[in-house]
Amino acid sequence: MKPASFDYLRPATVADALAALAAEGDDARVIAGGQSLMPMLNMRLVQPRLLIDFSRLEELRTLRVEAGWLSVGAAVTQAELLSRPSLRDEVPLLAAALPWVGHFQTRNRGTVCGSVAHADPSAETPLCLVATGGEVVLRNARRRRTVKAADFFLGPLTTVKAADEIVESVRFPLAAAGSGHAFREVSMRHGDFAITACAATVDGTRASLAVGGVADRPTLRFWPLAGGALPPDLDAALNAFAWDLGGDDDQHATARYRRDLVRRIGRTVLEEALSCRR
Amino acid sequence: MPPLKSVAATLAADARHTVTVVLNGAPRTGQAHPRLLLSDFLRHELGAHGTRVGCEHGVCGACTVRIDGVAQRACLTLAVQADGRRIDTVEGLSQSNEGRMTALQEAFRRHHALQCGFCTAGILMSLSDYLGRNPKPTEEELRDMLSAHLCRCTGYAGIVRAVMDVTGQAAVSKTMGEEAAHV
Repeated sequence: MKPASFDYLRPATVADALAALAAEGDDARVIAGGQSLMPMLNMRLVQPRLLIDFSRLEELRTLRVEAGWLSVGAAVTQAELLSRPSLRDEVPLLAAALPWVGHFQTRNRGTVCGSVAHADPSAETPLCLVATGGEVVLRNARRRRTVKAADFFLGPLTTVKAADEIVESVRFPLAAAGSGHAFREVSMRHGDFAITACAATVDGTRASLAVGGVADRPTLRFWPLAGGALPPDLDAALNAFAWDLGGDDDQHATARYRRDLVRRIGRTVLEEALSCRR
Repeated sequence: MPPLKSVAATLAADARHTVTVVLNGAPRTGQAHPRLLLSDFLRHELGAHGTRVGCEHGVCGACTVRIDGVAQRACLTLAVQADGRRIDTVEGLSQSNEGRMTALQEAFRRHHALQCGFCTAGILMSLSDYLGRNPKPTEEELRDMLSAHLCRCTGYAGIVRAVMDVTGQAAVSKTMGEEAAHV
């Protein structure tokens, strides 16, 4: 339960970090909050040759609203984002979901971008990014590119991010006027990994449900509203969605139980989102 | 966390590097390989054995310390990452209270909030940060925060009573059954 040996670099600038990453490629890992990477290092599931520490890079400690997006830099912790007073108005889904991310003690350290880069299929932050139609800003030593959340996640702990790239920031679209949002999850204890997590958004014309913890990545589906109400065949639609997600049995829950959670919690959060439209 | 000096050169894996922290108010210096965890640095290099080592993957909470005032897992922190930072551990609680146990520690004793004591240091360090931000938590909020600590002796009942007592409130839950459902 101790990490294998590695060199350690605490760069002065992002450019220095990217140069080191370009030189080392697959043999280097980036650490910011480390609340997922440190357990993997301790259990020797990853054994990098070089660890590049972002946690003191002030360049990446950016949290701002720009052109209709809430942009969150790579060094911003979950606790810092959660304590932003305007978050409830800007991205209400995040304000509802972040208290479910780990615990007080790990949110103090864990970063928003780190959770996205880690890409655990049951994690709340990637789910919110997909649910809101967010984007991931990737950067390497030569260029920057922006990837839609729906295209970013490929599977468990797998994304389109190349070895020489970092998640420089993630950005969430500001909630539309008149939209409603709701989040719920079921886990063994509060703070544990979600068995199933559901995030719903309802606006003037359509309802959406994003589900985490069932498929190999957070998955989003839309339905048109019928006269301002949820579709009359919602139960059948949720059932079809639950089967399409294709969850597996594991030590925490059966695939059947997960399908039932999608049907039940899915309906609950959709109804909550519809009723709390602003 | 505040900006601190960067490392101009890479710290080599097979060498020991000087790490200086302010431990419970006093500067302390030790040597660490890059892979050394802060929990092991505190215990083996600085001889501060109050911090316990449990699961070493951030789940059990036994190693929780305050880094620059904020409760965090020492087992998920490298010693070299802590260089230049302020570390507060359970030993510092009484040191900052003229050598006597703090009101929270006294309440733990009074309410039998510990038996074997292995989890206690981490819980006290979490609470010393948490109660500063939320001085009168509801029992639900408190149990949510405590869910980041594994205690197998008390069933959490005494811990909840101790905190509610020291924050001037009454604990609601009484039976083991209710507590098992919450934590």
